[in-house]
Amino acid sequence: MPYDLERYDTFDVRRYREESPFKIHGGCGLMGMCDESGALRSGEDAILAMAVQHDRGNGLGGGFAGYGIYPEFPDHFAFHMMYHDVAAKEEAEALFDQYFTVDLAEPMPTRPVKGITDAPLLWRYFLKPYENKLEQAELSAEDYVVHVVMTINSSVDGAFVASSGKNMGAFKGVGYPEEIGHFFRLEEYAGHTWVGHNRFPTNTPGWWGGAHPFTLLDWSIVHNGEISSYGINNRYLEQFGYKCALGTDTEVAAYLFDLMLRRHKLPLSLACKALASPLWDDIDRMPEDEAAVMRSLRAVYGPGMLNGPFAIVLGFNGGMVALNDRIKLRPLVAARSGDTVMVASEESAIRAVIPEPEHVWAPKAGEPVIARVKDMEWPIHGDLHLDASAISCAVTGTDQSCDTVEVNA
Amino acid sequence: MPTSLIQPEFRVKIDYDKCHKCGRCVQQCGWGVYDFNERPIPDDSKCRACHRCVTFCPAHCITIEKNTLAYRDNDNWSADARKAVWRQAETGGVLLTSMGNPKPYQRVFDHLVLDACQVTNPSIDPLREPMELRTYLGRKPDSVEVEPDGKGGFKLAEGAGLANNIKLDTPIIFSPMSYGSVSLNVHKSLAMAAERLGTLMNTGEGGLHEDLYPYQDHVIVQVASGRFGVNPDYLNRGAAMEIKIGQGAKPGIGGHLPGEKINKEVSGTRMIPQGTDAISPAPHHDIYSIEDLRQLIYSLKEASGYKPVGVKIAAVHNVAAIASGIVRAGADYVYLDGFKGGTGAAPQVIRDHIGIPIEVAIAAVDQRLRDEGIRNQASIIAAGSIRSSADLAKAIALGADVCAIGSAALMALGCHLCQSCHTGSCSWGITTQKPELTRRIDPEWGAERLVNLVHAWSHELQEILGALGVNAVESLRGSRERLRSIGLDEQMNRVLGVKPAGL
Repeated sequence: MPYDLERYDTFDVRRYREESPFKIHGGCGLMGMCDESGALRSGEDAILAMAVQHDRGNGLGGGFAGYGIYPEFPDHFAFHMMYHDVAAKEEAEALFDQYFTVDLAEPMPTRPVKGITDAPLLWRYFLKPYENKLEQAELSAEDYVVHVVMTINSSVDGAFVASSGKNMGAFKGVGYPEEIGHFFRLEEYAGHTWVGHNRFPTNTPGWWGGAHPFTLLDWSIVHNGEISSYGINNRYLEQFGYKCALGTDTEVAAYLFDLMLRRHKLPLSLACKALASPLWDDIDRMPEDEAAVMRSLRAVYGPGMLNGPFAIVLGFNGGMVALNDRIKLRPLVAARSGDTVMVASEESAIRAVIPEPEHVWAPKAGEPVIARVKDMEWPIHGDLHLDASAISCAVTGTDQSCDTVEVNA
Repeated sequence: MPTSLIQPEFRVKIDYDKCHKCGRCVQQCGWGVYDFNERPIPDDSKCRACHRCVTFCPAHCITIEKNTLAYRDNDNWSADARKAVWRQAETGGVLLTSMGNPKPYQRVFDHLVLDACQVTNPSIDPLREPMELRTYLGRKPDSVEVEPDGKGGFKLAEGAGLANNIKLDTPIIFSPMSYGSVSLNVHKSLAMAAERLGTLMNTGEGGLHEDLYPYQDHVIVQVASGRFGVNPDYLNRGAAMEIKIGQGAKPGIGGHLPGEKINKEVSGTRMIPQGTDAISPAPHHDIYSIEDLRQLIYSLKEASGYKPVGVKIAAVHNVAAIASGIVRAGADYVYLDGFKGGTGAAPQVIRDHIGIPIEVAIAAVDQRLRDEGIRNQASIIAAGSIRSSADLAKAIALGADVCAIGSAALMALGCHLCQSCHTGSCSWGITTQKPELTRRIDPEWGAERLVNLVHAWSHELQEILGALGVNAVESLRGSRERLRSIGLDEQMNRVLGVKPAGL
């Protein structure tokens, strides 16, 4: 049993249930919150925001990602692992030993929760790449980690990497998000940025690895929607060595962000414009310099444009971005109160955490909401200071590194 | 002995009770079917079933019927096969024909169906929401490089961004049809329509008549093996240049425009003497290899200040590798012409038996270019029997950027597909240079009908996109996930990259 039975207590899930009024099922729900001052918020707030959106899911997937949650291991890659059996665990751990110094390996702290069944073995590891191996492979630490993640996901049967970033972690599984949050004892964590998700799976069956957030290194994505352009987005990404094996739209969005932000060094604001492009009529009315940028973005990244209804929150060390599709076919509400920026599918979720926010608004179609933690390194080139080469890309296309970003169920 | 064993294909029937005896049919027929002796008397053997007389008969008293002569049943020796043997025994020649391959090959488009949204993602109503068809034709950079503009925003980095692309308001262009094979009025109709539609017409290999200069920004100028009408001025006038290697209706062979069609105007435009045959060699005699093609591509670019250069090829067995070579040779677009594409004249054996379907060619080329990571380096234009907006949408979903229409465009101008373009006597005034026939097309009328057709298809494409829940054509392009096949075998599904319906 992966459960830490000694820490079992009688946490009352009903408290969250009561927060959620009766609603008609309406697809997925999501939230993101970020304290731009860097102040930490308990995971309980994240659970609360998702609990009021209970009826946006069907109990087949819920999850969270928190940033700044492992202050005691800020420079370690925190691997959250899911294992179907002990053999998978042993095989994955052998890989860890081969690639990393393992400074801590422990079961994920969980507690039994009614409604959460069939949990896989859940472990977490705090890892540092062997320096000599890094040098041998001529890879950045990020590329190295991605390589290991992809190796595990594609070739270790029954093992799945839920998250692999620094000072962050994903907590997800099959169940309602408040159950999952409770199960993972999220109230014991504190982070400056949280994203949460409640899933109503339509395209892929509910399974633990398939719950949101979907992560790659520090990036985590929660997503409400169905990408009608999935077919071409997928084929576009294949051209760059990404292989979408998970069968979810979210995966496509994650890789597109990775492609544009890391590999093509696009500023975040423009990457958002490529994913949710302005209409040609609007582009034609822009000043020529801006129109030229937009025309190029659309013509070049047209195959990557996410067409169809979506609301998406991208979390990372340093902040978060929330984005709606180009004609706003899915709900997204934003609020700011002091240093806290919060987004959610429903305003009720925001008001559950911040009862009287100073400013609430509905972001326009394709207009990103960006929250940025003060004094933190901003991992996105173009919106300043960081040399793009410092975050070398996860997929370099060379034989030594990971040619194919592949995530298998 | 009889002069021919071949009986007339059609019966021209006139209901003399209704006939006004006005002689309009005599005047309208370009084939000389009718004699007039108190009333019109048809010679069935000359009829091509082009319906010009039927359309213009004020009494509606003419019907054209199939000559239903019974042939002794023989599935192996069809009536057509027998007639071909008789004809060749009479003439000793290559059988000529025109327009596209009429044989009953499997029509792949008719085995593909499109998707639509239900519940989980909303369909979009094109009457109420924007539905974007704008398409840029040409080479795209791998990525977009920007730099801060000093005002808090970004501008394109020096030399970055989209260059030398042609903006099309709809992903439909007109396919190359040369002045000489078609009349100047047809060319004018196409050019005027292209301008009004914000799209392109294509000169074909016969040069650009000066009457078309006002429309030159909407004209692709073609450079074929005969190099008719090609000079620096010609190259610089076009919006883009196109090297024609092959044509779907006659892959691997050249062209022959008989001297009778080379009148003064055609002669001036083609830069050849009046009355001489215009012969395009089968290959370009300066292109015997892919590296030669590269030289010509860059010669044309140099000559024109780096306007886009496309290469048109017939869809043949190895089309994917050839297209890849063309893209790597520097082409800004690859024009794929499927084996059902039309022609103004071709040997029947070539038209009916060489080449592969456009659907397959699009799929193979698009996938190959993606596998090689060079799909963004060139646009794909697909042609070769795009019969409707449904074919258009399916071609785009398979991976085409743009479709070119030729036969459909001519049909908008009256063509009835009688497959007699090579005779130069087109009753509809399309594929002829006889002044009494060419004046039958008023360019203003022609342009209006072409604009109507393309508008209609564009509206239908918007309806399809809306049903698919996307509001821009680039989200359908190459999105084979939105296609399913019915009644295709597993191998064909694999080639097309399409799942069978139900999966």
